[in-house]
Amino acid sequence: MFAINREDLGTPAANGEAVTLNIDGAEVTVPAGTSIMRAAAAAGGAIPKLCATDTLKAFGSCRVCLVEVEGQRGFPASCTTLVMPGMKVRTQSDKLQQLRKGVVELYVSDHPLDCKSCPADSHCELQSVAADLGVTSSPYAAGATHADAPCDSSNPYFNFDPSLCIACSRCVRACGEVQGTFALTIEGRGFGSKVSASQAQTFMESECVSCGACVESCPTAALSEKSLVTIGQPQTSVTTTCAYCGVGCSFEAEVKDNQVVRMVPSREGKANRGHACVKGRFAYGYATHADRITKPMIRSKITDPWREVSWDEAFTYAASEFRRIQGKYGRQSVGGITSSRCSNEEVFLVTKVIRAALGVNNVDTCARVCHSPTGYGLKHTLGESAGTQAFDSVQEVDVALIIGANPTDGHPVFASRLKRRLREGAKLIVADPRTIDLVRSAHVEADYHLQLRPGTNVALINALAHVVVTEGLVNEAYVAERCEPGPFQRWRDFVADARHSPEATAEITGVPAQLVRGAARLYATGGNGAIYYGLGVTEHSQGSTMVLGIANLAMATGNIGREGVGVNPLRGQNNVQGACDMGSFPHELPGYRHLSDSVTRQLFNDAWGVNIDPEPGLRIPNMFEAALDGTFRGIYVQGEDIAQSDPNTQHVTAALTAMECVIVQDLFLNETAKYAHVFFPGASFLEKDGTFTNAERRISRIRKAVEPLAGLADWEVTIGFARALGYEMPYTHPSQIMDEIARLTPTFTGVSYEKLDRLGSIQWPCNDEAPDGTPTMHIDAFVRGKGRFYVTEYVATQERVNKRFPLILTTGRILSQYNVGAQTRRTLNSQWSQEDRLQIHPHDAQERGVADGDWLGVASRAGETVLRAEVTERVQPGVVYTTFHFPESGANVITTDNSDWATNCPEYKVTAVQITKVQQPSDWQKRFHDFDREQLQLLRAAPDSRAAR
Amino acid sequence: MNTENLIRMANDISAFFDSEAGADAPAQIASHITRFWDPRMRTGIIAQAAANEAGFTASALAAVKLLVPPGPRPL
Repeated sequence: MFAINREDLGTPAANGEAVTLNIDGAEVTVPAGTSIMRAAAAAGGAIPKLCATDTLKAFGSCRVCLVEVEGQRGFPASCTTLVMPGMKVRTQSDKLQQLRKGVVELYVSDHPLDCKSCPADSHCELQSVAADLGVTSSPYAAGATHADAPCDSSNPYFNFDPSLCIACSRCVRACGEVQGTFALTIEGRGFGSKVSASQAQTFMESECVSCGACVESCPTAALSEKSLVTIGQPQTSVTTTCAYCGVGCSFEAEVKDNQVVRMVPSREGKANRGHACVKGRFAYGYATHADRITKPMIRSKITDPWREVSWDEAFTYAASEFRRIQGKYGRQSVGGITSSRCSNEEVFLVTKVIRAALGVNNVDTCARVCHSPTGYGLKHTLGESAGTQAFDSVQEVDVALIIGANPTDGHPVFASRLKRRLREGAKLIVADPRTIDLVRSAHVEADYHLQLRPGTNVALINALAHVVVTEGLVNEAYVAERCEPGPFQRWRDFVADARHSPEATAEITGVPAQLVRGAARLYATGGNGAIYYGLGVTEHSQGSTMVLGIANLAMATGNIGREGVGVNPLRGQNNVQGACDMGSFPHELPGYRHLSDSVTRQLFNDAWGVNIDPEPGLRIPNMFEAALDGTFRGIYVQGEDIAQSDPNTQHVTAALTAMECVIVQDLFLNETAKYAHVFFPGASFLEKDGTFTNAERRISRIRKAVEPLAGLADWEVTIGFARALGYEMPYTHPSQIMDEIARLTPTFTGVSYEKLDRLGSIQWPCNDEAPDGTPTMHIDAFVRGKGRFYVTEYVATQERVNKRFPLILTTGRILSQYNVGAQTRRTLNSQWSQEDRLQIHPHDAQERGVADGDWLGVASRAGETVLRAEVTERVQPGVVYTTFHFPESGANVITTDNSDWATNCPEYKVTAVQITKVQQPSDWQKRFHDFDREQLQLLRAAPDSRAAR
Repeated sequence: MNTENLIRMANDISAFFDSEAGADAPAQIASHITRFWDPRMRTGIIAQAAANEAGFTASALAAVKLLVPPGPRPL
């Protein structure tokens, strides 16, 4: 069932030259390539249909959309017949009515007619078509039916009821065309035709990834959300933006009685173009989970029970503690962390309260531990700390180079768009230590899989560049026109050195030289070459160097500044880009302007009525060091769970324990909150207004769909805290915060809620030069003027394997869970995965006598934990892999303090470990469980703190 | 601040600028540290280099010697 407010034009839009035809006596002009069905619908005369929808290619199977065309014999299907100049079409006649009615009578002969009890009642397309044609029963109803076919309710979010299926194939086509999984088929022939998942399996057992495209495209209720039954049909709809990954999908939140019934991807969404994944579409149940804390709480010590208090008391206590700490240890002894899960406006306010009310620059953001090297690398080479393209750009890509990213799991909607382009013929190079799904899956096979060893990215990018430079593949004209000549020549001489050749670096990377040479040639000569990368690039000791290297390669081949090319960081969380844009890093103000810039500082001083410190503040890992050193004693953490997500967990928790006031603002008592003294209950994205900025710099509105459970939206909480500190921030709506951001930030000058409502979304820069935003950056020149090449020497990580720690652990995430799992663990997504597992190659498993499912002790120089084994050839010998979605797994107990040289982004992707079979949890896990139990008991002392108990 | 970590961070920075900036590496390293390090970290590494030069790479040490000690912070 489509969104309740959606109009379906029947077939996809075309973009040819204008064609004028006559439909039912009226002149209609549409682009060539348009179907008669779409032309008629656009002219206001919709033709009945069942198998057609404008999200899918025309199929022509249902025979309901027949029309008459003057001069043509028979009754062509309007969905598969394209308009022609001068064509004369009749969409209504007695004969057509008779034919359509006959077809629909056949359909309803095998379809229940108790519509009032159906979850799709009033939104069912068969019901609608039947009503329009006056069909209320069928002369064929006495025949055989599928009424007794069992319902497949295995998927936690939707049912498949074959008794309601009309075998129109829309679900099958959606799974292939839109999602690109090809999990569904029509099995059997004639009356025996039925929708089948994989090899006649249940949906849950099949390859289905639960994106919901099939459910949405179903014209009846054969595939239908369970929430339509449990809650009922939605009454209203609010357009908002997903709060999961950095794709930033636009959704219609459909609501009934202050309760979200469904999330339906918005057709107008420019990032997702009407598609969604299992997280965005279905995994929003956390927002009403019983674990939600809805009352402010305070306590003096973390061994004390929590005490529920009023908002005012919580603000007053938190402020008094921070002022006490500053009085005792000095102004610089406090700080805060903003979150990429929060809105731009919320992030901006947290940075403001820290810089203005607390008078320090000790503010950082979780991008520190993911994409901070992107900011550094792209700013230095191109001039702006952001990706260069829109997601739409993938439609023009000829060669996609995916480095250190796993889009099918981490950015599924982008992956679907990429796979569609690959099916159209684009080439694919994957550089990843693991065999990710994109290497080989249905209708997708990478032309090259550069399966490098973790930690050798820079050696690989230098080898690719070596081939480009030494085989005459540099786009000389582009470089001469657009890049600084001196640094380019230095870089050219550097990478041309034989030590960077694929043959020489194969020893380091483990990638055969001929694959590197082939991949480099393909990227440089295959047409539009686009690089998409993820945390497999940034979370290394040379993360920033690798980003510089990627930009070097793109500039050298002329692959920046137009559609279909570019350097595209795939941001892990919904608002990583925005959190960075808002001045969350301790050295800069919004718009990536360094604190040493006195003009910018004065701008903020005047606006905020303060005197901002010109010195950079502490980064997150520096805060931990300073806490253990005794110079940092108070932290305000909004929407982050540093005790689970940051590396070397024991180091983090020791730092938190050393602090005298930890304020956590979150939906749940997360791992960090167990070390907190003040808890401000947060609001989910469904409960507030604001904006997120996705990986393509697209600013999109989030809109309040339901009331905040704790009574306040997060921006209001920060205002309350600031007021208690004696600093007024008198906003009454987030739009006013955005107005202030626009006044103070050159790249946001033209942004306002009014314009966002009008345009739907805006890609910054948005200012006088680009009033509607900037989909593609660096078109005629780089933001910094001339592109700057950097020499990128490979420096091996200090995290080396040896006899004691012979394997390399690398980390990532899976489709059904998200980041620290605080959201997805509290949804039915956990039916797909209930624990983090350790992937190990069969060779390494056999050597250690490890079988699938065994408990394995995983020890590193930082710590030890226990995980269950998954023996798989997805990882190469010598490499093991896990995720960090479950706190009890302790994946970050193992990861170390090593970090990127420029930004201190942790080296999550390389940890030397040893694996041994064990029979019990690690000592850390035992301590974790004890502490967790104690903290939950202390929470129970505040009996009404949770929304539902 | 943990001086061992500070030295390691400075050395990591030097590893990049040694190849990127050549003779200008110490100035580039010093600039990077000044732009991105909190004053207490800069104070710490300046004090450490003054007390004991062991553990630093040559360019990291030269860079630290170029650092201007942070002024007194507002209370």
